[in-house]
Amino acid sequence: MFGKTSRVGRTLQYLALAGYLIFLGFPLVWLLSTAFKPPRELVQLHPSLIPTNPTTQNFVQAFTEQELGRAALNSLQVSLASAVLTVLVAMPASYALARFRSKLGTAALGWVLLSQLFPFVLLIIPIFLILRQVGLANTHAGLVLIYVVWALPFALWMLQGFVRNIPRELEEAASVDGATRLQVLRRVVFPLLAPGIVATALFSFISAWNEFFFALVLVKTPELATLPVALARFVGIEGTARLGPLAAGSLLATLPSLIFFAFMQRRLSSGSLAGAVKG
Amino acid sequence: MLRTRFRRLAAATAVAVVGLGALAACGDGGDDEATSGPVKLRFLSLAWQKESLQANKDLVAKWNAEHPDIQVEYVQGDWNSIHDQLVTSFEGGDAPDIVHYEASAIGEFSKQGYLADLSDLISDDLKGQIDQGVWDTVTFDDKVAGVPFLLESQVVIANKKLLDAAGIAVPPADGGWTWDEFQANAQKLTKPGQYGVAWALKSPTNRVLNLALNFDGKFFYTDGGRTEVRIGDAEKEVPKRIHDMIYTTKSASPEALGMSGADTLPGFFGGKYAMLPGSVSLRQQMVEQAPEGFEWVTLPPVKGLSTKQAANPQTLSIAEDSKHKKQAAQFLEYFLNPTNMAALAKGDWLVPTGKQANEELVKLTGGKQGWDVAADSAADLTVAPFQMADGYPEWKTKYATPALQQYFANKITLDQLATQLVDGGKQVLR
Repeated sequence: MFGKTSRVGRTLQYLALAGYLIFLGFPLVWLLSTAFKPPRELVQLHPSLIPTNPTTQNFVQAFTEQELGRAALNSLQVSLASAVLTVLVAMPASYALARFRSKLGTAALGWVLLSQLFPFVLLIIPIFLILRQVGLANTHAGLVLIYVVWALPFALWMLQGFVRNIPRELEEAASVDGATRLQVLRRVVFPLLAPGIVATALFSFISAWNEFFFALVLVKTPELATLPVALARFVGIEGTARLGPLAAGSLLATLPSLIFFAFMQRRLSSGSLAGAVKG
Repeated sequence: MLRTRFRRLAAATAVAVVGLGALAACGDGGDDEATSGPVKLRFLSLAWQKESLQANKDLVAKWNAEHPDIQVEYVQGDWNSIHDQLVTSFEGGDAPDIVHYEASAIGEFSKQGYLADLSDLISDDLKGQIDQGVWDTVTFDDKVAGVPFLLESQVVIANKKLLDAAGIAVPPADGGWTWDEFQANAQKLTKPGQYGVAWALKSPTNRVLNLALNFDGKFFYTDGGRTEVRIGDAEKEVPKRIHDMIYTTKSASPEALGMSGADTLPGFFGGKYAMLPGSVSLRQQMVEQAPEGFEWVTLPPVKGLSTKQAANPQTLSIAEDSKHKKQAAQFLEYFLNPTNMAALAKGDWLVPTGKQANEELVKLTGGKQGWDVAADSAADLTVAPFQMADGYPEWKTKYATPALQQYFANKITLDQLATQLVDGGKQVLR
């Protein structure tokens, strides 16, 4: 009796999971389908999932009209630099916050959280003026700087959870064996922190890859535009859009994130769990 | 193993640091003004349709080739984020020299002093090409904030075969139906599985206020410097007629209420809707997306007491902060000469504001694909009181759109709609 119930339960679980997967995957499949449809098939009363006369014209238009290739390269540069720099800054800072507990540390964490409450619309003009004064307006370096600052609060919170999850005893054992503080960090802490670092890097990369508003306002030169800004140009007045090229461009824009996730999935999930349990 | 991982991490870090150094080199390092060489102008354009984009880029390239001393950089913007982009650019003192936008939006920037007064910068020839009613839409506190160059009128696109089948003749370009005729024909075109009309009313406010001018419905009244919303019979006429078509005669599809203009196309091409009231620019979708053999016609604007509609032209403005206003105005004169204005209008499937451009466009297209109707509709476009009212965008978003949506969904009565619109006006109008 129990076995039967269990089997039914398991079947229902799988059904629910399959439904959820379809729910998540369908927009992507529809995007794929739209990207290959000619204009006439986009306005059929009974649209089909598989294009009747598939075309690559949407991709050609997307690339020739808005130079999506260059925009994608810009986005890749900016996102990679933001991800690595965020990790670089967040690693030591999160270690310090997790290991050296003091009132200052608590206050710092509180401030980090508080800083997230400011809507960026309020900050954009001062940020623009500051970047302009230091000669970083209209540069990718300025954009990276903003992205790093923007991603840091969440990255710090995430990473310090991972640090806390590393038993302090391991560090003490390494010290007893004669390792210096730096050696402990390099040989014990950082390697164990790898899942957290991957998760943080992914978070920063995707935040920067998808970010639109800062990229729109801070970068003026057309050659420096990032992918979200270039894609927005296929949308017209009151929500009308050139669906074909937009779908083709959007499909290409999702690829790097998908590839990243495909490679990092296992580390990311184990890392997230490790951080969540004790953090 | 751990050591290898750490080395990889260290290597990635080093790459990032070097990369950032390289990135710092990307970009122009700020916006320093060139002290010598050609004058450089930045032109923020909102062209987004394929043909229009090409027309804009071609004209800029041609100008640059012919004017080595004044070089224009074409910068692509987009309609959804242009407002935020301009606010930050103006506030940050880094605005483009030439800005493409629309009449209803530039008043705010003009009043804040961000846009140059073009009265003395543009020629009498260009001024004379455009009707005063259209100039009025871009004139704020006696300052001309932009050159209006593209107009969007409301016409009716119809399925020719369904009209023929119902024995309805296509009216000439200069003699459209009255609202009564339009409603009667919609009724004739309605049968099981087919509606006479699809009113796409996802964003109903602009459309209702535009068409309300047909019956002299002004909505916004200014007395002694104070503006208020008043709803009389004139203002009620258009919403009431649309409501009647949906719920009384049932000649308009209720499902189209939540749609935008483009959303109704599948139903239109599929024969579910016989007529689509909408912008003249809808014709582009007809040409690009209509199934082979599908016959469509453009019917002239529907007539109430008149065929007047509100004009909200696309505009080109010059930033007050621009160091080269004269050169920017020179570029505008070139960019908007009759031939070029006609090319731009053709690219966007809109109506040029210039009289000569309009004539050239009809000649160029032979009046086909609804260009005769589009050209003829230009004369009916004029400034509407709501376009001059401070607080209109807020009234529209917070009060008018929800109230109209409720009314068209048959959730409130016409009187309740009127009360909500008036009360909303009291909240936001100064």
